[in-house]
Order: sequence, then C-alpha cells, then structure tokens
Amino acid sequence: MADIVRVEGLSKSYKGGFQALKHVDLTIREGEILALLGPNGAGKTTLISCICGITSISAGRVLVAGHDNVTEYRAARSLIGLVPQEINLEPFETVMATVRYSRGLFGKKDNDAYIDEVLRQLSLYDKRDTQVRALSGGMKRRVLIAKALSHEPQILFLDEPTAGVDVSLRKEMWQTVAELQKRGVTIILTTHYIEEAEAMADRIGIISDGQIRLVREKQALMHELGRKVLRIELAQPLTEVPAGLDTYELSLAKDGAELVYTYDVQSDGTGITRLLTALAERGVKVRDIRTEQSSLEDIFVDLVEAEGQA
Amino acid sequence: MNAQMNLRAILAIYRFEMARGLRTITQTLVSPVLSTSLYFIVFGAAIGSRIDEVEGVSYGAFIVPGLIMLSVITQSISNASFGIYFPKFIGSIYEHLSAPASFLEITTGYVLAAATKAFAIGIVILLTAFLFVDLQIDHPLWMLLFLTLTCLSFSLLGFIVGIWATNFEQLQLVPLLLIQPLIFLGGTFYSVDMLPGVWQTISLFNPVVYLVSGFRWSFYSMADVSLGWSLLAIFGFTGICTAIIGWIFKTGWRLRD
Repeated sequence: MADIVRVEGLSKSYKGGFQALKHVDLTIREGEILALLGPNGAGKTTLISCICGITSISAGRVLVAGHDNVTEYRAARSLIGLVPQEINLEPFETVMATVRYSRGLFGKKDNDAYIDEVLRQLSLYDKRDTQVRALSGGMKRRVLIAKALSHEPQILFLDEPTAGVDVSLRKEMWQTVAELQKRGVTIILTTHYIEEAEAMADRIGIISDGQIRLVREKQALMHELGRKVLRIELAQPLTEVPAGLDTYELSLAKDGAELVYTYDVQSDGTGITRLLTALAERGVKVRDIRTEQSSLEDIFVDLVEAEGQA
Repeated sequence: MNAQMNLRAILAIYRFEMARGLRTITQTLVSPVLSTSLYFIVFGAAIGSRIDEVEGVSYGAFIVPGLIMLSVITQSISNASFGIYFPKFIGSIYEHLSAPASFLEITTGYVLAAATKAFAIGIVILLTAFLFVDLQIDHPLWMLLFLTLTCLSFSLLGFIVGIWATNFEQLQLVPLLLIQPLIFLGGTFYSVDMLPGVWQTISLFNPVVYLVSGFRWSFYSMADVSLGWSLLAIFGFTGICTAIIGWIFKTGWRLRD
C-alpha cells in the first residue's frame, strides 16, 4: 500500500510553553484504518489538528498525497474530511443545509444527489429537512460524519467518534467505518477505548505524552506483546506455590483455589506440558484448566507503565 | 494550486449567511425599520417641526441620510461580527480552518453577506423615509456608491470585532461604546456648522462625519466637508480594516492556535 499521509518530525508547542507533540513521525497507508490510541491529553487531537490545518505547526511537516499541508494547503486539505470530537454544529440549520455548506466550503460543485446518498448511508435521509437542534446526540454525530464526507474525501479523520456514545450506536459507527473503508477511504481514528481499536483497526499507533510510542499491525502487536494466561483450577486449595517450580511464572488466585501461569506466546515452548507433569509429580490435582489471551488493553497498560518506570 | 480562488467557498458562506438573515427576517429587517420610524416621528415630526430648515432643507428630510447611515453602520457591524463570532462560539469554525479556503475567501463571504443585508436595510429605510418626508436625491449614483462603500467598510470592521471578541459582551461592546457615540457625534442629526468652534475641529477626527457628509451631499448637494475628503476617508477606513484583517489572517490571531 502506498503512503497517503507522511508526518515528519512534527512538533507543536503552545504559547504557554506546553509541548503537545514532540518530534512525531508517522506514515499512514492508503486504504487502511489506523487507530491512534492514547490516554487523555496524549496529543491525539493536536496531531489531527496539525494534519488538518486547524492548528499551526511549530516544527516539521505534513505531506498529504505528496502535498505539503502548509505551502500547498488547498491540494492537501481538499483530500481530507474531519469529524471533530465535539459536536460543533449550527443548531438552527437543517441537516441538508449544513452538509451542503461543508461541500461548498471545500470548493465542490453542488451535488444534492451525492449528499442524499451519504445521508442514506448514515440513516439520516429522513431527517434531511430537520433542524440540527432537534436531532439526538447520535444523529448529530452522524451529521458531523456526513459533513466530513460531503466533499468526497480520500482520507477521513475521526476524533474519538464514539466518546459518550451508547453501545448499540458504537457498533453502528464501527459498521459505518468498515463500509467507508470498503469504498477506499483511508481512515484514521483516535480513541481511548482499546476495544474500539482492537475491533476496527488494521494498524495501531500508541501515543502518549506527545510522542508516538509504536505503530504496528494490530495482529503483530497482539502477537508480539501478547501474553497468555493459563488458569489451573485446583481440586484442593494451596497455601503457597509448590516448591521447585520457580522457573515458571506462577501465582495463586481465588484463595489458593486457582494457580495462574503466565507465559509468552512468542517463546519456543509454552512449558505447559512440563508444568502439568511437575504438578502431577507433586500430587497436585487439577480440576479444570483454561487459557486467556491478554487483550490490547493489557498491552497498553504494560506499555504505559513501562514508560512510567523508565 | 494555491493561486486558484475557491469561489465556491465564498458562495457557500454567502448563501449560508443570507439564509440565516432570511430565517430571522424580523430581527434583520423589521426592527431597524421600526426604530428608524420612531426617529422620524420624534425628531422629524415632533421636534423637527420646531427646528428651522437646515440650509434650505426641512429638518425631517435633513436627518434622513444620517438615520440611514446610523442603521447601516450598526447593522453592518452586528451582522458581520455575529456571522464570524457564532462559528467561533459553537466551535464549527474548525470547518473553515480545515477547508481548502484562504482567509481572503472566508472574509469575502462573510463581509459580502453582511454588507448585502445592511444595504437592503438601508434601502428599506430610505423607502420608509419617503412615507414621512419629502425627499430629493440629487446624485443617486453617488448615493448608492456611498451606501455600498459604507456597508462594505463597516462589515470589515464588524468582521474584525467578531474575531476579536471572546464573549458575547465584547461583541456588544464595540458597537455600543465606540460606534454609537461616533455616529451620534458624526453629524447624523445636525450639520457640523451648528457646533461651537472647538467641537467643529474635534469632529473632523470623527470618520463618521465624512461618511454622513458625503452621503448627505448625494441627497441635497450640501456637505460639511468636501466630497473628495469624504471619499478619501471611506477608502482610508476600508484600507485600514483590510490591512488589519490581512494581519489577523497572517498570524492566525484568535483563530488558530
């Protein structure tokens, strides 16, 4: 896949001296869904704002399909649609009027047939003549998406698209994003919901304290950093981990009724067979076993904690 | 690529702002007409009947150009300042900042819309005035030119106010504390000759004097200052506002972090 956005050495300092972005390098591939994951205040929105032209850049540059977003801002910006985090809509406008307005701002010729199609996809068609203020929160969010899509962008930025959105609407939003990707739109979304990144993204970038910590294929990231847990339910509770098993990463849970073995998927052998044999040798009876894959959330927490200790 | 104007963005903003004006037609048109009618009744009929003619023109007719200017100037400022302040206030300004539109195009859209609305109000007040007094317009083309330039220049000023304002109080502050006194002391209701000597000189520092004078000249061929000075003043004022906007856009002052 070709690169569609290149962020090179991007830094952003605000007037008060606060440095929101510190020398960020990031490449976004055409047609992918990239999730930028990070805690509040990590710099996600600032990064998007710098790429979209809302915030000025202190150092570095951004290329959108090869166009510098400062010197060739028209070419760069016309490729981008932005769905902001806050619901920033003119309350007294109708849905149609506000979407049509966005299209005009981006210099595109009126095309109500296209806008109707976008509204249909977002289940807003019935509301096209309704004033924005009369819509539900979820609908307003979809109006923002319709506005962002109004000028047929190739790249769509979604800044926390599902913050404060209920579960069913969140699923709906994921579906919408998946359909957009099918149509060839490159999507960058920020979120602090790990399950969201896990469910939608092709690649995941982790950002904290104004720096991109890593960017990986989602599968590779899960695999690379993923650890599995084997939970061994015991017939008789133990008071301590049996002697002679120091080589295994073991702990007791549920008042000694469960032995927890954490192992790395990457290593040559998992050690499960040897562990179970060792337990049998020591007369520990096993009632049940099950394994758990660590989630992206664990990976994320590990990474941020490691940061804190470093 | 950057050299090509995004005319559609100008049109989009213009249409959007005009639609807002039409939606609030009562506010936009009816209230200035009503307040001007009250001025006519009070100053023109009630008080004016006891005031002599001013240089051969009845007082009721004499104040018409000034009254039109009063409304047009305040409306230009309030329309343009609200137009740009509102997106700032609700946050939809993100769209303007991320659109492939230059600041020149954004300003043009807002200023043209505000000026159009103010111009329409000026014309409606002029028509209303015909109901109250006998009017003559000696130089109709000059009259339209002065009206247009006033609408444009004060819409530019309003646009600056809208960008500068960080809350609704500030939005009201400039029209109230600065513009209103300038208009009232700008010869709207009197000829500058009527003032005592020192005040005549002080008045010459008030830009509105030049506008009202030029505009009144287009009606009755009489002026406090020469036509040339009036034109110079309005072009100078427009130039200063444009320069300030140019600087705002270059630096992103109060718009872009």
